[in-house]
Amino acid sequence: MKKRHLRGDILLIGGLLLAAAIAFACVFLLRGDGDSVRVTVDGELYGVYALSQDVTVDIRTADGEANNRLVIRDGKAQVETATCPDGICAAHYPIFRDGESIVCLPNRVVITVVTAQSGDAPDVIA
Amino acid sequence: MNNKAKTAAFTGLCIALALVLAYVEVLLPPLFPAIPGVKMGLPNIVIVFLLYRRGGVTAATVSLLRVVLVTLLFGNAMAFFYSLAGGALSLVLMLLLRRLDLLSPVGVSVAGGVAHNVGQILTAMLLLDTTELGYYLAVLIVSGVVAGVFVGLCGALLIKKVPEKLIHNGK
Repeated sequence: MKKRHLRGDILLIGGLLLAAAIAFACVFLLRGDGDSVRVTVDGELYGVYALSQDVTVDIRTADGEANNRLVIRDGKAQVETATCPDGICAAHYPIFRDGESIVCLPNRVVITVVTAQSGDAPDVIA
Repeated sequence: MNNKAKTAAFTGLCIALALVLAYVEVLLPPLFPAIPGVKMGLPNIVIVFLLYRRGGVTAATVSLLRVVLVTLLFGNAMAFFYSLAGGALSLVLMLLLRRLDLLSPVGVSVAGGVAHNVGQILTAMLLLDTTELGYYLAVLIVSGVVAGVFVGLCGALLIKKVPEKLIHNGK
């Protein structure tokens, strides 16, 4: 391997890992826990649910199908079941930090942790 | 056999190889079980190899047809757009870096792997009209680097070992 190539590789990989480390630090250290989750379907607000209360929500899309089941338990939110073929959202780990989100691309559902203080969730349903 | 037929046969062979690798990838357990959607990008071994041994045109052809065929076989319409965006961004970047000659095939493959992930996330952000996926970027950079190193090492081995006769038969 040429010396120039080795140096380029190391710089590239080092730079990328550094960028990822900084991004991780921002997410895990600077962000506090959120107090509720905001659910949007197709970009439209579907509902806001407090993380403090255990609740199960069937998220229905425009055609009335219950495509994703959102479960809030022990202050964390996760998708328990989903009809989408890949099941990516259902396999996602439970979220509770401000800004964390679970996304179901096939059903166009986005679940995001928010805090009421940031003005994102003024009316808490449930 | 004339050159055109040879090129077509060779390109078809490479596409078939990329498809088999995509299938193998579906069978493998996920890289990070907690964060789904992260893949190794094994078909990229073929793309990296072609980039160095056959040229950008064949690499681009195989890359595009792979995205179309993999979507038909394993994916859905939504997946097509972000696969295409990821594949295109990755390919353009790898072509550029290959031209600049600052990196080894491993470095080129790492850049391609990360660009593939970033392209997909940017498309998802655009399609869903949300910036919240930005959270994923850090994870996808790390997984892109890990996958890129593995893919690059495989690619580098092939670039070195595959005899010239197989690629430019009889020329």
